[in-house]
Amino acid sequence: MASRSSVARANNTNTQGKICQFKLVLLGESAVGKSSLVLRFVKGQFHEYQESTIGAAFLTQTVCLQDITVKFEIWDTAGQERYHSLAPMYYRGAQAAIVVYDITNQDTFTRAKTWVKELQRQASPNIVIALAGNKADLSNKRMVEHDVIAILQEAAAYSEENGLLFMETSAKTAMNVNDIFLAIAEKLPKNEAGVSGNRPTAGVGLAATENRESSGKSCCGS
Amino acid sequence: FVVKQLSKMDEEYDVIILGTGLTECILSGLFSVSGKKVLHMDRNSYYGGESTSLTPVQEVYKHFGSEAVPNYDKPRDWNVDVVPKFLMADGKLVKLLIHTNVTRYLEFKSVEGSFVWKSGKVYKVPSTDKEALASSLMGIFEKRRFASFLQWVMDYKQDVPSTHKGVAPNATMSEVVAKFKLDKNTVDFLGHAMALYRTDDYLSGPFLPTVMRIRLYTESVMKYGNSPYLYPLYGLGEIPQGFARLSAIYGGTYMLNKPIENVEKKDGKIEVTSEGETARAKFVVGDPSYFPDRVKKVSQVVRAVCFLKHPINNTSDSKSCQIIIPQNQVGRKHDIYVSSVSSTHNVCSSNYYLAIVSTTVETANPEAELTPGLKLIEPIAEKFIKTSDIYEPLDDGKESQMFVSKSYDATSHFETTCDDILDVYKRVTGEDFDFTQVKKDSVEEA
Repeated sequence: MASRSSVARANNTNTQGKICQFKLVLLGESAVGKSSLVLRFVKGQFHEYQESTIGAAFLTQTVCLQDITVKFEIWDTAGQERYHSLAPMYYRGAQAAIVVYDITNQDTFTRAKTWVKELQRQASPNIVIALAGNKADLSNKRMVEHDVIAILQEAAAYSEENGLLFMETSAKTAMNVNDIFLAIAEKLPKNEAGVSGNRPTAGVGLAATENRESSGKSCCGS
Repeated sequence: FVVKQLSKMDEEYDVIILGTGLTECILSGLFSVSGKKVLHMDRNSYYGGESTSLTPVQEVYKHFGSEAVPNYDKPRDWNVDVVPKFLMADGKLVKLLIHTNVTRYLEFKSVEGSFVWKSGKVYKVPSTDKEALASSLMGIFEKRRFASFLQWVMDYKQDVPSTHKGVAPNATMSEVVAKFKLDKNTVDFLGHAMALYRTDDYLSGPFLPTVMRIRLYTESVMKYGNSPYLYPLYGLGEIPQGFARLSAIYGGTYMLNKPIENVEKKDGKIEVTSEGETARAKFVVGDPSYFPDRVKKVSQVVRAVCFLKHPINNTSDSKSCQIIIPQNQVGRKHDIYVSSVSSTHNVCSSNYYLAIVSTTVETANPEAELTPGLKLIEPIAEKFIKTSDIYEPLDDGKESQMFVSKSYDATSHFETTCDDILDVYKRVTGEDFDFTQVKKDSVEEA
């Protein structure tokens, strides 16, 4: 990762005045650590017994690249992935997605591939997708070792084939958590077309001015 | 010995909600936010029930029972409403969206034009005294009378007698229009295109509700410009999804694709059975389709969903608009509504327009009743017609703890839907909904 890249926690004042805002969605089976990854990334926290997602489904975090600040508007599933009740709204206008699986559970990887397919079907065609093999810290609870390696190899091959970013992460130890968001930030198209092409603006904001803190929805033009 | 993991169905809830239409999703959101444990189910595999937006375009053909589906380039570009409604910019639904912060999930566009039909021609609805004076809808003297009427409407304060200008507090609306010497055509458009009444019953009632409705109209216009209406990108079906998300964020459990086999009261609890499993709750809320024995049919609405390849004539090429054909103008008892949106709202492919013509059924040939509206939008590329029964609950549900909502009526906006939502809320909780008490989404922004 570029050494000048950093994750800004707290109020970031960007010096270049160039902020790009992107909608990023999380996908994956229940209990693979979607919320934990976000909590680690946004607040630097980890809770061993994180409850099923309640009350925190819309977080933002900025990432500073060399010449640009990327602001992620992060959507969590709010538990709606269970019972196949995730609304199409969730995918709308998403420019990035992290599909999470649990490295100790082969099923969650199989399901992750289904989520990738779902994204390719429902989301915008140029969405940046990252595959995260989470709970990489759980080496002592790993399944049969070669299975994990098999998954790892399969995941890497699968990612390459599908043009996905891929990392193993641990929300617990913070391993690769900032990195995966940074990698996505690097890969996102920062030109105006890339942004506004995904999210038509010109909509009336209703109370948007008080809720959305900046007007920078497609703000990369300069 | 295998320990079967308990499914979410076997738990006990405060409320079970059946159907994910707008009414049910808003109530679900409000209940979840106030700390109630909610289970929300729908027999369909998609959100929105009657208030969904059909996608991809093939679903539109399927919905209306059409076998042959032509080839469309980008079928997923389509999100087609079957119940046509707009949001009043200053109306109750916008207030609910803002207070619950659900606005953050949605983007709206202002509807470009609001029109009224008079003697075979389409006119822009003048919403201010200035516009009234500039409008070709009325003759020169009538314009002045109408402008002074509008001025009176805007100035009227119940507790300030000097603003009454001699109108008695118990006057009927027809007495008021007589006092301002407004002619029949003017009364038609102020009652139907501004106060948005569907019949002429309002004329014999007290004038104040009409004054408040005209104010809602003009104040909504002042918010964003050309019309009092707003419309969400990707179709109306986004709104129930937004409130469902709110409910889920506060712990609501969602299950789609759940056929509901039985709802009954047993030992003081409501039991809802789906696929052989039973969930229990203190009370249940649902749309009329889940409670066929607890509702009565009150009317019928006929709606024609049309695909066009041109903006509607005489609307200044509006990308979105509403045209109201007042009942008197076409010898009917109920108005005909035409509402149109287009690809700028991400509801159809580029170069297409969607128009829905609707009215309350008065005859045995509903389709023919739409003719004056259909004529306005010709030529029509595709037309799907459906007559729907409008249901209301038989009782207030307090005895049975089964609270049933109303069907989506023929009005062109969501005000009556919101009245129903607030009414169900009150029947359930025993309290009026207090807009100031809605907890803002507690999510912190980093």
